[in-house]
Amino acid sequence: MSQNNNQTKPDRQVWTGIKRGQSWHPVEWVAEKLIFLVSLTAIVMVFLIFAFVTREAVPLLLGQINSAATQTVIPLADMDKTPPEVLQAYLELTPEQFASMDRDTKLLLMQTKLDAAKEAPDDKDARINTTEWRYLFLPYKWTGYEQPSFIWQPVSTIKKYNIVPLIVGSIKATVVALLFAVPLALAAAIYVSQLARPKFKEVIKPAIELLSGVPSVVVGFFALIVIATVLQKTFGYESRLNAFVAGIGLGFAIIPVVFSIAEDALTSVPRSFTQAALALGASRWQAAWQVVLPAAIPGVFAAIVLGFGRAMGETMIVLLASGNASIMSWNLFDSARTITATIAAEMGEVVAGGDHYRILFLIGSLLFVVTFLSNMAAQMVMERLKKRLEGKA
Amino acid sequence: MKKNILHILTFGLILGAFITARAGQITVKGSDTLVILAQKWAETYMNQHADVKIQVTGGGSGIGFAALQAQTTDLCDSSRKARPAEIAHCIKAFGKLPTEYKVAMDGLSVYVNEDCPVKELTLDQLQGIFTGKIKNWKDVGGANAPITIYSRENSSGTYEFFKEHVLKGNDFASSAQTMPGTAAIIQAVGKDKGGIGYGGAAFGTGVKHVNVKKDDASPAIEPTEENVENQTYPIWRYLYVYVNPALDKDDAGAYLKWIRSDDGQKIVKDVGYYPLPKNYRSNH
Repeated sequence: MSQNNNQTKPDRQVWTGIKRGQSWHPVEWVAEKLIFLVSLTAIVMVFLIFAFVTREAVPLLLGQINSAATQTVIPLADMDKTPPEVLQAYLELTPEQFASMDRDTKLLLMQTKLDAAKEAPDDKDARINTTEWRYLFLPYKWTGYEQPSFIWQPVSTIKKYNIVPLIVGSIKATVVALLFAVPLALAAAIYVSQLARPKFKEVIKPAIELLSGVPSVVVGFFALIVIATVLQKTFGYESRLNAFVAGIGLGFAIIPVVFSIAEDALTSVPRSFTQAALALGASRWQAAWQVVLPAAIPGVFAAIVLGFGRAMGETMIVLLASGNASIMSWNLFDSARTITATIAAEMGEVVAGGDHYRILFLIGSLLFVVTFLSNMAAQMVMERLKKRLEGKA
Repeated sequence: MKKNILHILTFGLILGAFITARAGQITVKGSDTLVILAQKWAETYMNQHADVKIQVTGGGSGIGFAALQAQTTDLCDSSRKARPAEIAHCIKAFGKLPTEYKVAMDGLSVYVNEDCPVKELTLDQLQGIFTGKIKNWKDVGGANAPITIYSRENSSGTYEFFKEHVLKGNDFASSAQTMPGTAAIIQAVGKDKGGIGYGGAAFGTGVKHVNVKKDDASPAIEPTEENVENQTYPIWRYLYVYVNPALDKDDAGAYLKWIRSDDGQKIVKDVGYYPLPKNYRSNH
């Protein structure tokens, strides 16, 4: 059979643009392997990033961090009486460091411990290790506060690391963004893929996708200066910068994401669906709304989930436009502090390796897990949609 | 043979150039508050000393201390004193206490919207407002309107200073909105009739600074240059440079000395901070 083919080929002499033959092309082979390696690096990078972020948070997860402001101190005079092992642990040194360090240096280190203790307040909460789970997630009545509350005050004499207000802030901004962007993006996707004349389509589609090219800091600045003022004048709420403003700003960032994926999903529904519907007497609107959209629903869902992931992970817009007050409030017109903005704003000044540093990495890995899972869910749904439309499932 | 000698010569030249370049290089890293001043200093100094290269980067005081520990920077700018934990890290890294130099003074102004009738506030009132105990302007002599607090990010040295000196270590109200810089605070207060914020001595449209009283009995002081320098204005702080004592010699040492000299302190005024009192200056 194959011999037959080989014999007939030279006769035709049709130029196909490809040089035929099975000879070995070393350049192509190398290029192919290189591309394979590059794609592998992407996967490796994702794992490396995750490993790095979680590694920094691991001591916290294992409960090895103690943020208590008041800790027992060893007076300078007692240095020689203290057993070396105790002293080494007290000064947080490795055995090698401890062995190589002279007495004067150790004295200096002990002095820093005393200084730290002097700064510690005389307070019932000063002995609490505030990085324990219950202080991270449950309300607590701190000194000076009237009732048990969720408090994020990481730079304080008693550091309060309750991350619930940050989670609430992220959810608030994301929900507003989705409520604003999803209907608009879906409507645009249905219009462009099903109803618009090709001429319009050629203009609208790139225009919306151009929006994704606007740097988020520009969108954030626009939200801070223009949207905030306009919305406050329209709705008359009290706090100028809030989750609502940030959410609208975020919406602009996720519209192109939701639009292009939803539009892809709608366009990939075979033309025969629409044709059949039209042949049965449906209007174009009915065909789009009742036939094509239900067929593409998993893709639309994936678009929304990806939009959610993008909104959760977006930093600059919320940093600029949300007001960043860490209030525990579900009111959309109150200011909100999101996880991403917190990391971006606070990472610059933390003591490397300190408790605050670890907490920031903890919420970072939390964010990573959430966006990773949502992206993965979206991918899986998209795969299923593809199979369904191809008639394999 | 000739070729070999030529090779060795070129190699030597390149190596020599590399070493001299390295010798005249000073890296400065740290506080964003200080970054503009540090750049101005570096620029002026490099104009006078063509053989010295000074590289200034910001990032935050914490970043500066981390770099000082890792010995990737020569000088660390800081808008606050080093924390004990940071000093401990430095001792572990290079076996000595880092040397601390005061390099400038900074006075913090409290801003309100220009339509706000309140002209002066005591430190106690400021503490009440920023901790959230005073929620309405009428309690401090203004109109019946809620107060919106604008604060800096907790990574900022300004935030910490204000918290320590005005709030007496108490927490800011949770409802305080945090802004990425003094300019953003001024912008926000300028657009918000009930707004109050704080920051370095800068001026913007739509805001005015309030005069601050130490207590009810003392006079209200305006944050002018004179009042900050003679320390009658109650909200001021020093700005610092930290250095590994082993590196405090040669070019870096001379540069540090120059910063604190009369010549260096002249530049401080140009960027909105205040020069050191005479007794903290160096004799250059």
